[in-house]
Amino acid sequence: MRKMKKDQAGTIAAVKVGGELGRRIREMGLVPGTRIVIQGRAPLYDPVAIRVMGGTLTLRNNEADLIEIEVEEGGDAPSRERTS
Amino acid sequence: MNAEIVIALAGNPNAGKTTLFNAITGARQHVGNYPGVTVEKKEGLYELEGQRLKIVDLPGTYSLTAYSVEEVVARDFLVKDRPQVVVNIVDAANLERNLYLTCQFCEMNLPLVVALNMVDVAKDRGIAIDAQRLSALLGVPVVPIVARTGTGVEALMREALAVARRGQGPEHPAISYGEDLDSALLSMEAEIAKAPALARLYPSRWLGVKVLEGDQRIIDQAKAAAPDPASRLLELAETVSRHLDTTMSTTPEAMIADHRYGYIKSILRQGVISREFDLDRLYTSDKLDKVLTNRFLGPLIMMGVLLGLYYFTFTYSKAPIAWVGACFDFLAGQVDRLLADGPLKSLLVSGVIHGVGGVLGFVPLIMLMFFGLAFLEDSGYLARVAFMLDRVFRTFGLHGNSVLAYVLSGGIAGGCAVPGVMATRTLRSHRERMATLLTAPFMNCGAKLPVLAMLIGAFFSEYQAQFMLFSNLLAWAVALLVAKLLRLTILKGDSTPFVMELPPYRFPTFKGLLIHTWEKTWSYIQKAGTVILGVSILLWVMMTYPGLPAGAKAQFAAERQAAVAGVPAPVVKAATAPEEEDQAQVEGSEDPEEHPGLNGAEDQAAADLRAKLDDIDQRQSQAALEHSLAGRTGRALESVSWLSGFDWRVNIALLGGLAAKEVIVSTLGTAYSLGAVNSASSQSLSQTLAEDPHWTPRLALALVVFIMFYAPCVVTVACIVREAGSWRWGLFSVLFNTGFAFALATLVYRLGGMF
Repeated sequence: MRKMKKDQAGTIAAVKVGGELGRRIREMGLVPGTRIVIQGRAPLYDPVAIRVMGGTLTLRNNEADLIEIEVEEGGDAPSRERTS
Repeated sequence: MNAEIVIALAGNPNAGKTTLFNAITGARQHVGNYPGVTVEKKEGLYELEGQRLKIVDLPGTYSLTAYSVEEVVARDFLVKDRPQVVVNIVDAANLERNLYLTCQFCEMNLPLVVALNMVDVAKDRGIAIDAQRLSALLGVPVVPIVARTGTGVEALMREALAVARRGQGPEHPAISYGEDLDSALLSMEAEIAKAPALARLYPSRWLGVKVLEGDQRIIDQAKAAAPDPASRLLELAETVSRHLDTTMSTTPEAMIADHRYGYIKSILRQGVISREFDLDRLYTSDKLDKVLTNRFLGPLIMMGVLLGLYYFTFTYSKAPIAWVGACFDFLAGQVDRLLADGPLKSLLVSGVIHGVGGVLGFVPLIMLMFFGLAFLEDSGYLARVAFMLDRVFRTFGLHGNSVLAYVLSGGIAGGCAVPGVMATRTLRSHRERMATLLTAPFMNCGAKLPVLAMLIGAFFSEYQAQFMLFSNLLAWAVALLVAKLLRLTILKGDSTPFVMELPPYRFPTFKGLLIHTWEKTWSYIQKAGTVILGVSILLWVMMTYPGLPAGAKAQFAAERQAAVAGVPAPVVKAATAPEEEDQAQVEGSEDPEEHPGLNGAEDQAAADLRAKLDDIDQRQSQAALEHSLAGRTGRALESVSWLSGFDWRVNIALLGGLAAKEVIVSTLGTAYSLGAVNSASSQSLSQTLAEDPHWTPRLALALVVFIMFYAPCVVTVACIVREAGSWRWGLFSVLFNTGFAFALATLVYRLGGMF
């Protein structure tokens, strides 16, 4: 997710973390199959703000690293290329 | 009338829970703490059809894990206190995520009513929600409301009452967690059914889910209640967990979360929700964010907002502060006139009225500060501040959420370290939390403000706002640097997650702001009324007793005799007439008045005599103060405190400040009104200090620095001890902060002396 640019959209493929951080990420709605859009980044490029289910969440870049996204290419079918 | 019905109000943070609570209970609220922890517990009353309903506001949570103290508190209340109804407030514009918590309530088999809040906002966003359909699918009543305007609140309470009267609601449909987990849960439920000790503890399916999730707290409770069945449950969990890991490389915990959201999605897809617009559509709030969290504009606007808060509070609090001051001066004057000289009058005027008046005088300032802070918090801007500053805070080994603790402690001047220290509960990691709570008391809390304002007002009055801003920036710099120092030394370790919600901007309700402001201000006033009154009296005792020995008194009396001797009687009479002298001072006239029957030379003689007598009086009261308990302590400390220029009076005041920082003002006030006989109460302390030759700007500056950073007040120390779980941290904060502040003050004083 770190590599995604502003306004880029994608669907969560996997959340690669367990324990408390994993639980926190999941309970906020970041579960596989959920669509997200990068809304913006803080003035120092970190944390990142994302739109999920009509709300806005913030994550640090190193936390975003743990979430695998299938990126949508500008309205086309989701590409199979995975990025994190 | 039937017995009171208890209704718990639960929901996600930002779902409008507080607004709904205010809408239901109005001003009839009671704020306390949950037993054993410092999480705020709000209760209020509502009456419907002759039935008293007690509404308990649970802390806002996203889930019911043991992830935070708030979650544990909410969970324990629901399980142990068994409220007759749980009103679950959900944000209609954010339904999917909010229903995650609802799912967990259903699983606990709680009698539930869902309050679908902000249907108006949802409507504006083109989201239509079929409440009846949602109710049918969830198996619980759903009432659409708008908490801000109060729409639907009565219908909601009626529904809640109906649920309470019906007793235990129907069994909610169980959520499927996939074949593997479902069969594991069935076996677990069978085990639990065989062990009554476990069955009594929690609803069996929920207990099973918690064991699968690896919730350590619940597991420990189960083990304590029934060790053998509990270990069988753990075995079952272990088996299915291994199975999931090998077949799908996932964990039960992840599976459960995924399926809960799957369940929610399937409900919403069955015609519950219909959207006019795309989910990605940007709303006003998001458009605002484009500007307010913009890389360049964001930080600038943030600075502007903080500055604006200063000007707002300082400008608008000036007049009310003067009124309150005038009231207490009037009171002191009345007491002065009505009572005869003696210990009682001295106690009332110097101890009580000055002590409490000095504190209450700043109530307007604190009210405005809290009002501004509540506005920032309720509008959602504070979360953006945390978002923008997280990167900076992480550099210092802290967390974006540390902002909240700092701001509450007085990062935006005027907070209090007590709620600030408590707010560190939102931090997960022990180390970040410790670093935050140990440095949060460095901020300029509402109690330090009057002291700083008084000192700055006395010596740098033209630049008051600038100086206050500077002192605030200094507090931040010192807090951050010390936090970094702590994180590099005694609190080494990694940083923790920053998964947070940015709530949409909302215009706060005026009622909510007023209630918020009033609560904070009232707790300040209560503190002033109890702790500070007690401390004022204690200090007055310390400053008055033991009195001067008879020998010393006699010596002063003899000096007075000697001065009067040989002076004609009319002159003595003119010189010792107290009333006129007071008036002379009030009018600001330094010249002795004309006394009928006295010629020029005699007038001059009377003035000389008066000066002589004043001098004797001042030396006597000074000697008395020095002789007192407080004076001796203060003097003893002078052997160290001369380094930073503090004399014994300042030392007494600083000692008093350990009880509560506000006391510094009142103690200095007491010390000066006791020490200088003729200072009329109308003369403000600022003025007294500004005119005192001992007081130089560099001393004032050194004192400002010392007061900002020295040991936290006893209440804060008590909180630190409780939050940190060890008295050693409390002791550490007292000793470390005082040593640090003294070093800094000495530096300022000595450097200041070079110019």
